[in-house]
Amino acid sequence: MQMISRGPGEPRRVAYLYILPAALVFGLFILVPLFRTAQFSLYEWDGLGASTWAGFSNYRDVFTEPQLRGAFVHALVLIVFYAVVPVLLGLLLAATMSRAVVRGLGFFRIVLFLPQVIPMVVVAIAWRQIYEPEGPLNDLLRAVGLDSLARPWLGDFTWALPSVGIVGTWVGTGLCLVLFLAGMSRIPRELYEAARLDGAGPLREFRAITLPSLRGELAVALTLTVIAALKTFDLVYVMTSGGPGTETTVPSYQVYNNAFLLGRVGTATALAIVLTLVVFAATVLINRVGERGQR
Amino acid sequence: MTLSITRTTTRLCAAAAVALLIGACAPGGDDDDGGDGGEPTAGDVATDPSELGDITLTVWDQEVREGQTEQIEALNTAFQEAYPNITIERVSRSTDDLRTTLRLALSGDDAPDVVQANNGRPEMGQYVAAGLLTPLDDYAEGYGWFDRFPESVRALASYSEDGANFGEGELYGLPQMGEIVGLYYNKTKLAALGLEPPQTTEDFEAAVQAAQAAGEVPIQFGNSEPWAGIHEFGFVQNQFSDAETIRNLGFGRPGSSWMSDDNVAAADAVRSWVDSGYFVDGFNGITYDSAWQAFAQGTGVFFVGGTWLIADLTSAMGDEVGFVLPPAGASGEHLVTGGISIPWAIPANSDAKEAAAAYIDFITSSDAMTAVTEAGNVPVIEADQQSTTGLQSEVFAAWAQAGQDDLIVPYLDYATETFYDTITVAVQNLMGGQSDTTQFLETLEAEYTAATGS
Repeated sequence: MQMISRGPGEPRRVAYLYILPAALVFGLFILVPLFRTAQFSLYEWDGLGASTWAGFSNYRDVFTEPQLRGAFVHALVLIVFYAVVPVLLGLLLAATMSRAVVRGLGFFRIVLFLPQVIPMVVVAIAWRQIYEPEGPLNDLLRAVGLDSLARPWLGDFTWALPSVGIVGTWVGTGLCLVLFLAGMSRIPRELYEAARLDGAGPLREFRAITLPSLRGELAVALTLTVIAALKTFDLVYVMTSGGPGTETTVPSYQVYNNAFLLGRVGTATALAIVLTLVVFAATVLINRVGERGQR
Repeated sequence: MTLSITRTTTRLCAAAAVALLIGACAPGGDDDDGGDGGEPTAGDVATDPSELGDITLTVWDQEVREGQTEQIEALNTAFQEAYPNITIERVSRSTDDLRTTLRLALSGDDAPDVVQANNGRPEMGQYVAAGLLTPLDDYAEGYGWFDRFPESVRALASYSEDGANFGEGELYGLPQMGEIVGLYYNKTKLAALGLEPPQTTEDFEAAVQAAQAAGEVPIQFGNSEPWAGIHEFGFVQNQFSDAETIRNLGFGRPGSSWMSDDNVAAADAVRSWVDSGYFVDGFNGITYDSAWQAFAQGTGVFFVGGTWLIADLTSAMGDEVGFVLPPAGASGEHLVTGGISIPWAIPANSDAKEAAAAYIDFITSSDAMTAVTEAGNVPVIEADQQSTTGLQSEVFAAWAQAGQDDLIVPYLDYATETFYDTITVAVQNLMGGQSDTTQFLETLEAEYTAATGS
């Protein structure tokens, strides 16, 4: 008996030809820039003149400079707003929508998903106006007598970061909802009927059937939203430029700032590499957890 | 969402990595000798562009505000009519966007032929140090720029060849416009308060308090794009410190200190003005454009702003707006932050330097200065030969006085390559109540002393 795993007919090497176009594009536009970035991060370079070898000192800066470290702390806070809250809200909304007969369900679904479709810069400009000191949000607060709560949201040292985060929540919730609704529509009705016959209430149904069935969707939703949180740039760039002070700087913004405005390309690329690794680690971790549950 | 990496792609990755590591060299290390190839020697500068043959001149500018874009377009058309052999390819971007893309463009082989490069150390200083801009002294001689542009103007775009000294050495750019950051005031509101435009810091504080008592917003201000803070702090500092101190700090020259008593007084004043509610509520959350638009619509008695707003404010407010130099404080002088608009320079990698110089000469000619005026701006030279009305004539008077009495002090972010970042964050922190006067000044002093070694 010969153990041949190859398919009938064709010799194996042709396969390389098939993947060549994709591999070329991938290599040229993903791998080459990535390796160049990694290489730049070992130099001290202003982006213009000659560079000097710096070893790993740029990486040391990333972890010791308060401004750069702070950017990662802000990214962690944003994960709560971008990922945790939207997933929870999405679950709640999806569970409600799938149980009750909601008139105009399609309409609500579209409205909630809409933020995903709008370019982030448009979202950012719209929300910047909402948050203005004389903007609609403060007008509303004053109209209902909550004058003490009205503040320049994006200029407030405590509230600027949460204000940016809320926009992320607004954008992310629709995506999570649509994912979960799709997942729920796949769950056989019989399971719920059986559970009901066994005397399970709505909460029990949710915990015993809905949640386990949605594990795949949860992993996808978390991966997408956590990555979105870690690589936020557009919202911060348009809404606050990292201010007030440095309250809303995030890693991507610092990469831009260091590379293009401050002329510290080495530091910027080191930061970019660290950010890439963090995103990669987060993705692997979330998927590991998601897969383990499926077994 | 799992990524399965096949053995093939792993091998490809490895191959690509090896190829790159072998072929790669240190960033920016390859050909850094740009800048000495096409440099002319004195006397052989061709000043007749019509003899240069067919040329496409790529020009990168940031003249996007009202009044700026029309004048540059008109000049471009006139230039091409005068020299049909030259075609201008105009690329215009906002100031921020231009600043971001310029670094890459200048170091590329296919650089633009004319660019607007901010004259401070964070931009022009770095470009000069890296040999990416063409020194213009030979062209200046050929075209007579040394005679037409006074020393004070040329110094603002001059560097030593290594970029270390700002304000001396060779000329690297020519500006079209002058600019100062003065005090705009709402004439109707100030008259209603029974007050004249403030001449001294005391006058100004009294006017601000009167405005406050009358329920007006005393000073309109938006610091969400944090560069406005440089202007606002400069406006106050100009009333407390002397010209010598501010110039040393601004140009990054040794000899002064941020911790001196006058600077402490200036920072204290900013803090107390914030605490007393002289500035509009929530200024850290207001954008620059929202702020001047609110002022134009009648919210705010005063607005600290640059002369680039003349056209916008005139069309919104007509005769209701006035302009004066900052009030005189301790030094007794009406010191004013300002200088030149972003100068036009020639990249070292340009392949049409002579045509580029001819273009720069054309857009800074006497006719061009008239065009600049007609579009509502301040021409950097020959302002006294123009006829103006309304707000513009008040600004021209202020500009003339500033020039005669040597009152102009530099933007504070010129100081070091990273001072823009440092001072914008520091001012937001100071005015937002996050840091006290001492912390504020220590932050600035640390970077200043590190850069100047004093």
